[in-house]
Amino acid sequence: MKDKRQNRLVLAALAVLTLGAMALSLCVGSQGVALPRLLAALRAGDPADPVRRIVLYVRLPRMAAGLCCGAAMAVAGALLQAVLNNAMASPNVIGVNAGAGFFALLAGVLLPQRAVPGAAFAGALVTALLIYLLALRAGLARTTLVLAGLAVSGILTAGVNTMRLLFPEGVTGADGFLIGGLSGVSLTAVGSALPYLAAGGVLALFLAPELNILALGEQTAVSLGLPVGRTRLASILAAALLAGAAVSFAGLISFVGLLVPHIARRLVGVDHRVLLPACALLGAIFLLVCDTAARTLFAPYELPVGILLNVIGGVFFLYLLLGRKRGRVYD
Amino acid sequence: MIEVNGLTAGYGGQSILQGVSLTVPAGAVTVILGPNGCGKTTLLRVLARQIRPTGGAVRLEGRPLDHYGRREFARKVAFLPQSRPVPGITVGALAAHGRFPHLGLSRQMTARDRQAVADALRQAGAAELAGRDLRTLSGGQRQRAYLAMALAQQGDVLLLDEPTAGLDIAAQLEFLALCRTLADAGRTMVLVLHDVPQALRYADHMILMQGGRLFAEGTPDAVFASRAAEQVFGVAFRRAEDGNYYVAAV
Repeated sequence: MKDKRQNRLVLAALAVLTLGAMALSLCVGSQGVALPRLLAALRAGDPADPVRRIVLYVRLPRMAAGLCCGAAMAVAGALLQAVLNNAMASPNVIGVNAGAGFFALLAGVLLPQRAVPGAAFAGALVTALLIYLLALRAGLARTTLVLAGLAVSGILTAGVNTMRLLFPEGVTGADGFLIGGLSGVSLTAVGSALPYLAAGGVLALFLAPELNILALGEQTAVSLGLPVGRTRLASILAAALLAGAAVSFAGLISFVGLLVPHIARRLVGVDHRVLLPACALLGAIFLLVCDTAARTLFAPYELPVGILLNVIGGVFFLYLLLGRKRGRVYD
Repeated sequence: MIEVNGLTAGYGGQSILQGVSLTVPAGAVTVILGPNGCGKTTLLRVLARQIRPTGGAVRLEGRPLDHYGRREFARKVAFLPQSRPVPGITVGALAAHGRFPHLGLSRQMTARDRQAVADALRQAGAAELAGRDLRTLSGGQRQRAYLAMALAQQGDVLLLDEPTAGLDIAAQLEFLALCRTLADAGRTMVLVLHDVPQALRYADHMILMQGGRLFAEGTPDAVFASRAAEQVFGVAFRRAEDGNYYVAAV
C-alpha cells in the first residue's frame, strides 16, 4: 500500500517520463535530431526541410502509435488481470490479441481499411468473452487459464495462416503484423483506432472503484452491493476496445499488457484509480523506449519491436510461472 | 428480524437445505451450529443473498429478500465469507470499502461517510490498525479489520461465516465478546460456529442443523437441556459451576 501524496508524485514523474520518451522517439533514429533543431524545423514549416519531413511523416506517426498502443495494452492487461483474478492474464497470453489479429486480417482482406479497427475490437471481444466463460464454467486455475488461452491462440493462428495461403496478396504485411511492430504505421490508422481507444480508456476509468471492490473477492463484492457480473462484462468490453484498437495498427504486440501492470503495482499499489493511469503512462514509456531501442541498437538494420518484447516478456513470464509458487495475485 | 419458511436451497441442482423454517431474532447473537456438511454455511449464504433459494420464503423485516435492491440490501445486511483474498491495502481503506453501497455515482466519500468509517473502526477495535497493511496483520487483527468494513455498511444485520476459524483461542474469545457487545448495542448478529461450548456460552439463540434440516432451535439453555447437541455431534456436553460448557471426556 502506498499513501496518496506519494502516488501523486509517482504519477507526475511518470507523466514527465512519458514526455521524455515521446521526445526520445522523435529525436533518435538513423539520423539523430537534437530537440531544439526539431522544434525549430516544425516551427519554420519549410516543406522541403528533410528534418521536418522525417519527423512529421516517419517518426511522429510511429511515436503516436507507440504511445497509444503501449498505454492501451497495459491498461487492458490490468483490467483482464482484475477480472480474471489472474496475475498471468494479459491480452496476448489469453488469446485476445490473436482474436483481434485474426478478425483484423479478415477485415483487411474482405472490407475497406477503415473497417479494420472495428473488426479487431469484435475479435478481441469474442475471444475475451470466450476465455471468461471458460473461466466461469470450469473455475479455471491460474495456469489452466493460460493453457486455454494458448489453445485459443493456436486455433486463431491456424485461421491466420489459412488466410495467408488463400489470399497471399491480400495479407502482404502479415509477417510484420504477427510479430507486432510500429514501423510503417500511418497516422490515419492510429486515427481510425482513436475512438475505440478513447471509449475503452474512459470506461476503464469509470470502472476503477468497482474493480477495487471486486479485488475483495466475489462474495464480499456481492455483499457490498456490487453488480459483479455487469462489472466484469464492462471491464472485458473496455479491455477488448483497448487491445483490439491497438492490434488494428500495431499488430500482435505482446507482453506489454502482462509486464507493465506488475511494475505499476510495485510503484503505486493496488488502488485501480491510481493503478490504471499509472499503467497507461508506464505502458507508453515502456513501448516507446523499447521501440526506439529496437530500431537503433542494430542500425542500419531495424528490429521489429515485437521481437524485443517477446524476449523481455518471455523471460518475465517464466519468472511469473516458476518464481512464485504461492499463487498470490498481488505481491 | 429474519423469518425463514420451508426453505430449500443448494448448488447446481444439488439440494442441500430441505424444508428449513426458523426465526432470527433482532438485536441478539444467533449461532448456527452443526456438523460439517449439514448446510449451515449454505443457510448463511441464502440469508446473505449470495445464493437464490430453490423454494420457500425468506423475509427480512417482513419483506421477501428478493424485493430489496442490490445496494439497498447491502445497506441492511453485511456478510463476511470465510475465505477471501487479502489485497495489499490498509485497514482504513478496507473499512472505507464498506461505504460502497452508500456512495453516489461519483463514488466520492462525504464527511458523513468518513465519520461512519471512523466509527466502524472504533467499534471493531481496529482504530489503531487503520494505517496498517492487511497482509501484515495477525488473524485476529484481520478479522477485526473485515468486521470494521461490515460495520461501515451500517446495516442492522451482520452475517459471519466461521469468524473464529484459524484464530488463536484468546483472539477467538475476544472476537466473540465483540459480537456480544455489538448485539447489546442493537445489531442482529448471525454467526456460523463449529465450537459447541463456545456457541452455548455466547449465543442468545441457537440454530442446530443436521443433514440439511433444522434439528433444534431455541435458547442455549433449552438446547442444552434437550440434549439435541449431544445427539447431533455424538459427544456429551457438561455445564460447569461458572456457567461455561465443556465436552465430557469420552
